[in-house]
Amino acid sequence: MKKILTSLAMMPALALAGPAVEAAEKQPLNLTAIAMFFIFVAGTLVITWWAARRTKSASDFYTAGGGITGFQNGLAIAGDYMSAATLLGLSSMVFAKGYDGLVYTVGFFVGWPVVTFLIAERLRNLGKYTFADIASYRLDQKKIRTFAAFGSLTVVCFYLIVQMVGAGQLIKLLFGLDYPVAVVIVGVVMMLYVTFGGMIATTWVQIIKAVLLLAGGTTLAVMAMSQFGFSYETLAQRAVEVHKGGMGIMAPGSMLADPVNAASMSLGLVFGIAGLPHILMRFFTVPNAREARKSVFVATGFIGFFFIVVCTLGFSAMVIVGTNPQYFVDGDLAGKIAGGGNMVAMHLAHAVGGNLFLGFLSAVAFATILAVVSGLALAGASSISHDIYANVICGGKADEKTEIKVSKIAAIVLGVLAIILGIMFEKMNVAFLVGLTFGIAASANFPILILSMYWKGLTTSGALLGGFTGLISAVTMVVLSPSVWVTVLGHETAIFPYDHPALFSMPLAFMVTIVVSMLDSSAQAKKERAAFDDQLVRAQTGIGAAAANNH
Amino acid sequence: MSNNINDRIRSNPKYRELAGKRSRTAWGLTALVLAVYYSFMLLVGTSPEFLATPLFEGGVLSIGVPIGAFIIFFAWACTGLYVRRANSEFDRLNAEIVEEARK
Repeated sequence: MKKILTSLAMMPALALAGPAVEAAEKQPLNLTAIAMFFIFVAGTLVITWWAARRTKSASDFYTAGGGITGFQNGLAIAGDYMSAATLLGLSSMVFAKGYDGLVYTVGFFVGWPVVTFLIAERLRNLGKYTFADIASYRLDQKKIRTFAAFGSLTVVCFYLIVQMVGAGQLIKLLFGLDYPVAVVIVGVVMMLYVTFGGMIATTWVQIIKAVLLLAGGTTLAVMAMSQFGFSYETLAQRAVEVHKGGMGIMAPGSMLADPVNAASMSLGLVFGIAGLPHILMRFFTVPNAREARKSVFVATGFIGFFFIVVCTLGFSAMVIVGTNPQYFVDGDLAGKIAGGGNMVAMHLAHAVGGNLFLGFLSAVAFATILAVVSGLALAGASSISHDIYANVICGGKADEKTEIKVSKIAAIVLGVLAIILGIMFEKMNVAFLVGLTFGIAASANFPILILSMYWKGLTTSGALLGGFTGLISAVTMVVLSPSVWVTVLGHETAIFPYDHPALFSMPLAFMVTIVVSMLDSSAQAKKERAAFDDQLVRAQTGIGAAAANNH
Repeated sequence: MSNNINDRIRSNPKYRELAGKRSRTAWGLTALVLAVYYSFMLLVGTSPEFLATPLFEGGVLSIGVPIGAFIIFFAWACTGLYVRRANSEFDRLNAEIVEEARK
């Protein structure tokens, strides 16, 4: 029973995190996949070279000069959110659990409208390069930026580890390369994109990858559905016949076992999106609030469509992959899926499209990881150079050239760090890091960001204390949770019973922030509250907002 | 100088109209989307047998599948609704406010 609970609790984590958290066995070299992947890398490096020539100012480097259109940015945001994990993890979850997988998928989606309604345009109107710009708008620059950089870098580092380990495992499995080789390739290519091409290159890599992923996923779904005469009813009948869950796959079931954990996870996901620095940063790449809104609409449409495609893949794999002994260890249909539980979509690709299509989809999955990792590294580097170096150390008077240089060095350091951490964590189960990442994003970054935009009463001391409370409580709860305290550290029972902290840490962060702010009667606090009205005018009208530069 | 602009904007009734309309729309839609999603989660938690009802007489595809897909579509449609209203009505009002403040 306990095992079932733990594995259930890990499911959503796996889905986001990453492809293959379980150790994957190495496969023979897959030359088609490698060739296609190298075409992708070569193509994107040409784009990087082109982007490098256009990247002159700090604004070019951080936000592509604000010159990305709403539609392009929408695709790039969708790319940031549709990781290889979504394709592989979610489809595998639907394959294994049926309807429960679909319920999780819906939860991954619902945060997006909230970002559109409450965050997107104010973010664009108030900020320039990082979300700390907004959080520190009327508060103490140095203190709040330091906190925001802390929050951003924590999220970026944990998310990088998850992606690097996922990449290593996936590549080992799909391409037949050694784990460290795979991790080094991802790290090095990422550094090239970010240091030379900045946000322009990162955006285009993300766009190309989003298009490939959407096209690949859709083609796969169409080919799979053609076996059922494009009828979901036929598919459902066949699936119920062959799946060991029987009729159970058509309704919610096992996820009811731990509703509190499920609620906590869904809260973390819904509000964590609005605290992920690499997603927030994307809103500064468009020229104005209007395009920012448009870009979330486009992104939401693509992500929603893709999630429905992924659910279709999961259900059709029940019939196509689930009845074919070729895709099971030792040909045992009741046994384990060959190559690990997350490989269902890949097997489906092989079953309906042969080796060539499998190679294509593998290359797309690898490209996806590369693109997500680049976005993360750029967000982390901006936080170091723009928040810490330019504003905290130089007090906002940094020389632009030096600032870009610092940013590039930071990107290289983050890349090297990602490679080292990726190799260190090879054998570790990193699923808990996803709960942690979203938990921190929802408990530290999100409360401060939303309160700074909407609540006049917020003061520096409130934001600082509340933010750190959210950060520390989320980390502590995850350390004491079953997935770390029991699975990683090997203790008997967990001290904190849930893997996802947001249900507890997020309200705690809000409470501390609000109470401390209300009790704050310093002269500075009065000034900060008074400054809200002017901030609101800019948030509403966009007067004074950073403009796009055309060149 | 910039404070003057801000003061003038704040005293413009159109500004209050814009701020009021926008915040009602944004918070209203947020509440709507979250209410629909959490009602769905409540349904998942309390009456899974309802979600298991076959969509067609004698079929097996359950009503829960289109409901799940509908929630994704509904959330996206709400986004579209907001963006459309903001890009036309709100932006028009906003442009007038900025114009009047610069005079």
